[in-house]
Formats: sequence, C-alpha cells, structure tokens
Amino acid sequence: MVALGDVVMKATDIEKYFGTNHVLHGVSLAVRKHETVMLIGRSGSGKTTFLRCLNFLEEPTVGSVEMGDLKVEADPLRVAGRGRKPDIRQLRQQTGMLFQDFNLFPHMTVLQNCIEAPVHVKGVNKDEAVVTAEKYLDKVQLLEKRDEYPARMSGGQKQRAAIARALCMEPEVLLFDEPTSALDPELIGEVIVVMEQLAHEGSTMIVVSHEMAFAREAADRVLYLEGGLVVEEGPPEQVLDDPKQEPTKQFLRRFLSEGAKAPTADDAEPPSPLDPAGNAYGSSLHGHGGGG
Amino acid sequence: MALPSAHDGTAMTGLADSRNGDQGTPPGAPPDAIVDAIAGADVRRRVRFRALFVATWVVIIGGLALSFIAAGSFDVEFLAEWAPFILGAVPLTVFIAISSIALAIPLAVLGAVGRISVAAPVYALATLYVSLVRGTPLLVQIIFIVLALPRLVPAVNEIPLLALGVFALAFNYGAYLTEIFRAGIEAVPHGQREAGAALGMSDRRIMWRIVLPQAIRIVTPAIGNEFIAMIKDSALVSVIGVQELLWRAQRVGSANFRSLETLLLAAAMYWILTSIFSLFQERLEQRMARSDR
Repeated sequence: MVALGDVVMKATDIEKYFGTNHVLHGVSLAVRKHETVMLIGRSGSGKTTFLRCLNFLEEPTVGSVEMGDLKVEADPLRVAGRGRKPDIRQLRQQTGMLFQDFNLFPHMTVLQNCIEAPVHVKGVNKDEAVVTAEKYLDKVQLLEKRDEYPARMSGGQKQRAAIARALCMEPEVLLFDEPTSALDPELIGEVIVVMEQLAHEGSTMIVVSHEMAFAREAADRVLYLEGGLVVEEGPPEQVLDDPKQEPTKQFLRRFLSEGAKAPTADDAEPPSPLDPAGNAYGSSLHGHGGGG
Repeated sequence: MALPSAHDGTAMTGLADSRNGDQGTPPGAPPDAIVDAIAGADVRRRVRFRALFVATWVVIIGGLALSFIAAGSFDVEFLAEWAPFILGAVPLTVFIAISSIALAIPLAVLGAVGRISVAAPVYALATLYVSLVRGTPLLVQIIFIVLALPRLVPAVNEIPLLALGVFALAFNYGAYLTEIFRAGIEAVPHGQREAGAALGMSDRRIMWRIVLPQAIRIVTPAIGNEFIAMIKDSALVSVIGVQELLWRAQRVGSANFRSLETLLLAAAMYWILTSIFSLFQERLEQRMARSDR
C-alpha cells in the first residue's frame, strides 16, 4: 500500500439538523492523501449524511470543510448569499462522488458521461478529455462499452462507469455512498474489485458501506458512527475484530451473525444465501463476508 | 396482431419437444396438441375481433353516407366540383399546426424554467402567463390579438393575419405545454441533479445539459397529444380570415347553400389528419418505450 501523505480533506465539527431532527452531533474527520477511510454504522447513524456534507450536497448546519487553501463554512442562514457558490463548486470539482443508484446520465453514452464535466466544468480540451476518459474506462474494464447507453448495461457496469466518470475529473478525494447497496449480490464483486484496486493504487477514498470484506482488505481506518457521533475509530482489524466500545460490539455482533461466511483475505465475492436482494442491504443490518 | 401469438405457440411446442426428448414429459407439461390448439384459438379470436371491428365501422359510415345521398340532401356532384378547392387548404392547416407547436415549445421551455424558478419575479411572471392564458378562451385570445391589440400596438396591423393566427395558437398552447414541461422536469429523478452538482456543474448547466434533455424525452408523448389537438384548434383562426380548411369549407358551403357537403368534407379531413398523426405518434411511443431504460 502507498504510504500516507498530508491531510487533503478536513471536516471540522459537522452538525446537521433536518428540521428539529439532530442527525449529526459534531463529526470531524481529517483524511490524508492515499488514505482509505471507511464509515460504518446502522441506518440512521448519520454516516451517509456526513458523507454528503463533505461536498455540500447536504448543507451542514454547523462546521466547515477544508481542502488545501479552500475552506467552506456552514451557512445555514444563507448570510453569504451567492458568494459561497463558487467555493462549493470548487470543492465538488476536487471530490468525486459515487451514489448508491449510480446516477449516470441516461441520455448520454458512457463516454459522454465521462467527458461532460471535464469539458464543460474544468474546460479541458475535448480530445484530451476523451483520452483521459478512455484511460479510466480501461481501468474499470469498460472501454468496449464507451459508446453504450447506461440503459443497456448491468448494475455493476453502471457503477464502474460512474467510477470512471468521477475519476475523469481527477479529484483529490473519492466519496462512495453505499456504492454496492443497489446491486444484485452477484454484481457486487466487480465493483469491489475496482474499489480495492483504486485503494491499493493510492486513491484517497471515504467509503460508506456495509462491505466488511472491503474494510479489511482496503481500508486504513474504520469509523463506527452511531447517533450522529463517531463512537469508535481505528484500523480495521482493531475496530472490526476487537472493538472497545459497547455500541460497536453490539452492532458487529448483530451484523455479523446475520452475515454468513467467514472472511478470507480477498473476499470480494459476495453471494451468501442469507443475503437479501441487494437493495435491502443499505437499510438493514444484513451483511455478508464478515465474521470472526 | 396475430403473428406473435402464433410464434409463441411454436416456441412453446419446441420447448415441449426437447423436454420429451430428454426425459419424457415432466408432470404438468401440456402435450403439443393442446399447446397448438390454444395458440390457434387465440389467433382465430383476434382475427374475428378485427373483422367485426372493421365491419361495424363500414356499416355505420357507409349507412350514413348512403342515407344522406338517398334522401337527396347530399349533392355528390357539387362536392366533387369543389373538393379540390377546399382540400387545397389542407397543407395550410398542417402548416399552421406545425409552426404553432414549433413556436409553442421554446415558449413552454422558458415558461417551465420560470415555473420552477426560485426567483420570485420570474416565477410570478411564468405563473401569470399560465394562469391568464389557461383562464381565458382561445377564441377570445385569437380575436383579441387581431381586433384589440392594434389599438395598443398599431404595428400589429402590419403583420399578416396568418402570422397573427399562428402566434395566438402558439401563445395559448405554450401555456398548456409549460405545465407539461414543468411536470416533465419534476419527473427527472433528483439524483440526476445531485450527480451533476457533485461534478461541480452550475445550476444552469445542470438544467440545460442534464435535466431538460431528459424532461423532453419524458414529455414527447404529451407533445404529440397537444399537436393533434392543435390540428383541430387551427380551425379557430378561420374567424380572423385565415383561409385554411374550415374557412374554405364554410365560404363555399354558405355561398351555395351546401354547408352539409362542405362541412362534412372538412370534418372528414380533420379526422383523417388527426388519425394519421395519432398513428405516427403511437409508433413513436412504442419505439421510445423499447429504447428506454
């Protein structure tokens, strides 16, 4: 694995209210270059909300996000008006986001999906953007699908195409929001393989997922969230195999008892007969591939 | 269509055959004879339905035509003489409908973007447009533009009547299409906007590059419906003297006390036109349904 570098993204004291519902109670995270951070926790723990606050898809109520010289503060009362928008867009250009349901643009081919933002947002020359796109499509093994429309691809292919699209912006940090939760069990593996490859090659990644096998294989650090707070944090072997905090123990016990098979080092193959259909993954405690 | 079901039948027969060859007929698998018989009965039922459908139409329409002629009130020779003149207006009617809808669509896109705008004046303007236009009769709008508007804007007098008629239709349909487009925009999944935003795209770019192209696909069938309605509503511009299909039918009819013949001809022509475009639209929808996600 690539040695970790300096801090590239820093979120400080992120709090989030949805109306009167206090979802995040002050979560901070500093991610170093080449680091892979995994956020785990039950549904409603705030992990996805926190991830979405990092690129301001969700406006934090309190807190700030920093990347290099760029610092964007929460502005719930909108006192900054439009002045903050360029900063937010700058932040988003430096972070690639992967969604549970891919969100590829259905009216564009895979290649068009990949070059849209580089050409029209970053202002890259179109030929260059195509070369870059082909490089990353090759990396996710979808080069032969470059002129295909998303409707004609499987879920696993769509998510890999979405990864290529995010990579084409050459972001500092990749954010994964339950990238395999909407996939049929037999398609999860191909996405996990790509994610592991990215992690090993030194991409900086923040991943919300229930794929414990991925955590063991690729994560440098695991954060367990509950009730909008980071309850426990550490290297995957410590948090997953030897948790110190009672909530973490409880979560893992329930989570793993409902998973099935024992983990192996390169356990990216998902199918467990006990798994529910892929989409039930994110919202329940069902899982697979863990164990201990 | 009878063909697919017959095809299904043979496919099922083939399946049953291979099963028989492998390990004998599994329990519950129907023998070939029954499968064939069911498929055959299916085909016969559909053919009979179609035949009865056509026969019913022929009887009703033919019967009406014959009774008109038999009663002596329908002058076929007169109609034959004047039909070329009346039908000569069909291209104009089609032109009015096409150009009006073509003008209404960009108007509707702007209107729809206004209707979802967070800027209060823009939203207010778009809402006023929709409310005003939908709340007053199209006929009033058409007459107003020709008779009343020149009092406010004298230059309107210089514009040809045809252009004013097209503008009136487009202005009216633009309001209805605005609401259709707004619904289409709102039907684009929210994740699409998030994906655009996450890539750093501006709100405007997300709207024009991501949301609108998808919204247009969603509303295409509805635009087809509006176009078909437009073919019929184009008849309204006859009141301001645009010499389209209804205008000619009415002129020839009332001048010769033969309105029955001329109006029936015009009505039949509208019916044929709308039927042709309905068929065309049905095909388009089928094709879109196939290629869609």
